[in-house]
Amino acid sequence: MSIEVSGVNKKYGDFVALENIDLTLPTGQLTALLGPSGGGKTTLLRIIAGLEEADSGRVVIEGTDATRLPVQKRNVGFVFQHYAAFKHMSVARNVAFGLEIRKTPKAEVRRRVGELLELVHLSQFADRLPSQLSGGQRQRMALARALAVEPSVLLLDEPFGALDAKVRKELRDWLRRLHDEVHVTTVFVTHDQEEAMEVADEIVVVNQGRVEQVGTPDQLYDEPANDFVMGFLGEVTRLGPVRLRPHDIEVAVTPGSAGALEGTVTRLLRVGFEVRLTVQPDASPTAGGNGGGPEPVSVVLSRAHARSLDLELGSRVWLTPAVGAATVPAMVAV
Amino acid sequence: MSTVAESRRGIALPALGHDLTRASGIGLGLAMTWFSLLVLIPLAAVMVTASTTGWSGFWSVVTNDQTAAAIRLTVTAAAGVTLFNVVTGTAIAWVLVRDRFPGKWLLEVVIDVPFALPTIVAGLVLVSLYGVDSPLGLHWANTSMSVWLAFAFVTLPFVVRMVQPVLDELEADVEEAAASLGASRFTVFRRIVLPSLVPAIAAGAALSFARAMGEYGSLVLLSGNLPFESEVTSVRILSAIENDNRAGAAAIASLLLLISLLVIVALDIIQRRVARRG
Repeated sequence: MSIEVSGVNKKYGDFVALENIDLTLPTGQLTALLGPSGGGKTTLLRIIAGLEEADSGRVVIEGTDATRLPVQKRNVGFVFQHYAAFKHMSVARNVAFGLEIRKTPKAEVRRRVGELLELVHLSQFADRLPSQLSGGQRQRMALARALAVEPSVLLLDEPFGALDAKVRKELRDWLRRLHDEVHVTTVFVTHDQEEAMEVADEIVVVNQGRVEQVGTPDQLYDEPANDFVMGFLGEVTRLGPVRLRPHDIEVAVTPGSAGALEGTVTRLLRVGFEVRLTVQPDASPTAGGNGGGPEPVSVVLSRAHARSLDLELGSRVWLTPAVGAATVPAMVAV
Repeated sequence: MSTVAESRRGIALPALGHDLTRASGIGLGLAMTWFSLLVLIPLAAVMVTASTTGWSGFWSVVTNDQTAAAIRLTVTAAAGVTLFNVVTGTAIAWVLVRDRFPGKWLLEVVIDVPFALPTIVAGLVLVSLYGVDSPLGLHWANTSMSVWLAFAFVTLPFVVRMVQPVLDELEADVEEAAASLGASRFTVFRRIVLPSLVPAIAAGAALSFARAMGEYGSLVLLSGNLPFESEVTSVRILSAIENDNRAGAAAIASLLLLISLLVIVALDIIQRRVARRG
């Protein structure tokens, strides 16, 4: 086990940032700490790195108790959201920094820096200053810099948070490939569920200072432990007594299956390859909803499917949960 | 290729004037006029007056034993005090930005006092503390120490005030990144923080040096203006004028000007070098 966190608590004044966190992350995996802002995921990452000290609890990295070790001695690589580039040093010197601190022989430093710049595709920018690079390039430089010291764990704090959507997606794929190449135990913080699901081997959902669920992306998506995890990992809508994902709803244009919820399409929006429907269920005693009628249901289906059903505004539809859909009981009296 | 580039540049140059918008043209014109009236023309006038005595006249004025001693004292004290300010000013700025302690706001205000105080008042303050009946038992009146003291007093805020905002703006994560790579606190300061501060420190040092070179008000009371002991160049210039030696005064003034210019240029070069190298 590469990182073991046990019984970690952290308070800022009255605010409880982390409450009794126990977490074990295996060697060589790519783990995402996923959760809403202010949920404590960054604090947890910083405590693992030694940039922040826990009020109580233990942190063990690669079998050694690191709880009292300063950040310099933990041998972790840390990548920050806003790159934290050494602005007055060239890209190559940035990457060489950790090696120079460790008194690595000059020739060795040059060789390693060359390799790393190759790895992050920045070889031709070695002599540039960080200010002459784009955001994505700067973050790749920061990654090379962190990897230079051959850390036992690599920690990334919202590494793509400051980048625009397209670059973010590219870097995400690239990080995944890099991890498959380098195999260093990696933990990254994100509030973007799509990012976490795409990149991570394992996701730790952190909310309000607690771990809500740990599992593979599939496990989390298919078997969410609770309402929060379900809601955070994707869109959720309510269909009668259950909550489920909008694309897990079967749409029929004729009454058939028993227990189907009958309603009218009140909104139809086509976004690329998918069609989003808003269906207003007919008021009925079983549909619940105290006052103001039952709440509308969101449904997502493919464009082809929507066309085959010949759906348009005002169509009558009958909704049922798809077979094998992940559902949780809807909360009563919202 | 180069001829093409050159001819293109030849066309581009005259067009440059048309690139200025009307507003920025007027702005530039006003700025230059004002700057010329206030600074360039008087400076030129001093140079012209100094040149009336000719090279040999100039040389004899500035190599006059008493004048040379005054110049030596002024330059060494100004340089020494500036060096002192570079260290203490950076330290004070550091404390003001990074540390929290009771009464910090008071220190924050008091730092500017030497700058805000009329210099003659500063002189009085120094006399009451280090003068003949010094409550501290330090009798620095009429010694060269008084010059150092007055310089140190009036130039204290310059480096502090230049460095403080830059230090304020430094991102904590840059230092954390260096620490996570294994750098000790001292190494982080030397290799990461200091290079970012060098431009500000150099600018503060330039101001501090320039101010000290021309200081008059705060030291006349305490120093006693003893030739070869505590007389500074600004006093020498004044006495030259009182003796109706305008050309001599202008000669000394031009020399001061030259020294200040050299120091400012040198600091600028250092700043560029160090900031680049890290």
